[in-house]
Amino acid sequence: MFWQMEQETLKRAKLEALQLKRLKQTLKRVYDNVPFYQKAFTRCKVKPVSLKSVKDIEKFPFTTREDLQANYPDGLLACGREDIVRLHTSSGTTGKPKAVFFTKADLDNSANLIARCLVATGCTKHDVLQNMMSYGLFTGGLVMHYGAEKLGMLIIPSAVGNTDRQIMLMQDFGTTTLHLTPSYALYLASHFEAKGINPAKDLKLKRAFMGAEPYTEETRLKLESSMGIEVFNSYGLTEMNGPGVAFECTEKNGMHIWEDNFIVEIVDPATGKQLPDGEYGELVLTTINREGMPIIRYRTRDITAIDPVRCACGRTHVRIKRIHGRADDMFIIRGVNIYPQQIEQVLMSVNGVGKNYQIVLESSEDMTIKVEFAKGYFDGNLDNLNTLRGTLLDRLKAAILVRPKVELAEPGTLPVSEGKSKRVIDNRKVY
Amino acid sequence: MRVKQISIFLENKKGRLLEALKALGREKINIRALSIADTLDFGILRLIVADPDKAKLVLEQSNFTVKENDVIAIAVKDQPGGLADVLSTLSNAGINVEYIYAFADKQENDAVVVLRTEDIDEGIKVLKKANVHMLSAKDIYSL
Repeated sequence: MFWQMEQETLKRAKLEALQLKRLKQTLKRVYDNVPFYQKAFTRCKVKPVSLKSVKDIEKFPFTTREDLQANYPDGLLACGREDIVRLHTSSGTTGKPKAVFFTKADLDNSANLIARCLVATGCTKHDVLQNMMSYGLFTGGLVMHYGAEKLGMLIIPSAVGNTDRQIMLMQDFGTTTLHLTPSYALYLASHFEAKGINPAKDLKLKRAFMGAEPYTEETRLKLESSMGIEVFNSYGLTEMNGPGVAFECTEKNGMHIWEDNFIVEIVDPATGKQLPDGEYGELVLTTINREGMPIIRYRTRDITAIDPVRCACGRTHVRIKRIHGRADDMFIIRGVNIYPQQIEQVLMSVNGVGKNYQIVLESSEDMTIKVEFAKGYFDGNLDNLNTLRGTLLDRLKAAILVRPKVELAEPGTLPVSEGKSKRVIDNRKVY
Repeated sequence: MRVKQISIFLENKKGRLLEALKALGREKINIRALSIADTLDFGILRLIVADPDKAKLVLEQSNFTVKENDVIAIAVKDQPGGLADVLSTLSNAGINVEYIYAFADKQENDAVVVLRTEDIDEGIKVLKKANVHMLSAKDIYSL
């Protein structure tokens, strides 16, 4: 099932030709209309005509989060204000927010991209979407809303909070599809349990779209089995329309990214050099189908890798892997780039490991991972603890290519982490 | 015979052993015997005390990770070769000893040896057959 079959299954050669055409148009548009880009291109000694192939995008300058903030509110507009019909902003937890503008055509296009994603997960107009995301400046609410509307689904704009009412809506209107954050999904699952509701039997839920926060494969499997649904990974960011930039199809093996709308690059976060397909690095995106506010080579700070292998679903657009973490979270030990999420994934997959852990960076050579063993795991025997430690050492070495120190801690002795709290303690005196 | 032993997980942090001992002292729980098994980062403190159930509760209230399990207590003549005889009995029967520690009996002229075999019941059976003098829980707690 496809929403825009022709575009979604375009032969690679045709897709790449379309990319080149749209990229040239976009470069010209920003060069002619946005003083920031005109200056940036001049500094890099490039002009829109310097681009002969998509690969040449390498010669063009990056746009960073700081550039967006510096150009707040509307310094990056590539059209007149009268042609803009909506704006969204990022949460702006650090410094000024980042504002993104949409023309009528941009909104229509973003809705079509969302509709593509929804159909790829099996949604039809018969489905009922409960959109449990904040409506307002945040894109997760409205942008998803209009995409689902485009597809013709019944949308319940329930937004966040009031879990009892959320459940009532699911029961009364036969919700089949949820859009929510992983942390809310975990809360919802425990709430079902507390209320004695068996979602697999008592509700009509089929699937959930989860994004906006990183979560592990283990969490996905846990939620899928406890709620009797399929969970699809989604990836989006305000700067690139919000949700629907990359989305899993029913194959659930990486997220398709709509290459007729975005140029996808992976670069080394330290050097900015392009990395080959399959290697993990920072995702860099260029919008090539946006009128209001095109963005060239945006440093997302998100770490992933491109999977160029053709997907069994028939879509020809590449997939990106699950987001490994933020470039800002990355640290280097013995010359190897390591992300805290890689470590978490290993810890959570080993039996006997408790809930909390801490990564302590001691020097450029050494790190210690402190991890609680599970309550009830201690049986008074030294061997079991040593075996657990040995298993952790081996699995960590295999995953991150560096042998850390592993210290076992008693349950409840490490600081409890909530959401994005600090799991990494940096004691390196390198700066 | 079977005697209850308390095992306490000790993180390799300054003062952890002291904290555990203080918690027991506050509740007037007397320690009959102790041993520490340790690795680089953590250790296990093993105790024989007069009231193991109470000791476990007290330690847990002080946020220690505690496990109660069974060991075998035997009396060994306080003379050269006394313990070796017992161990060869076990060894000949193919029974592995996980750990062992000893203390002197104040009244008798015996050494008291606490040992844990992989299979406690099997260990007791073999020792009984060899007429090794095993001590009951009551014997031990009232030492």
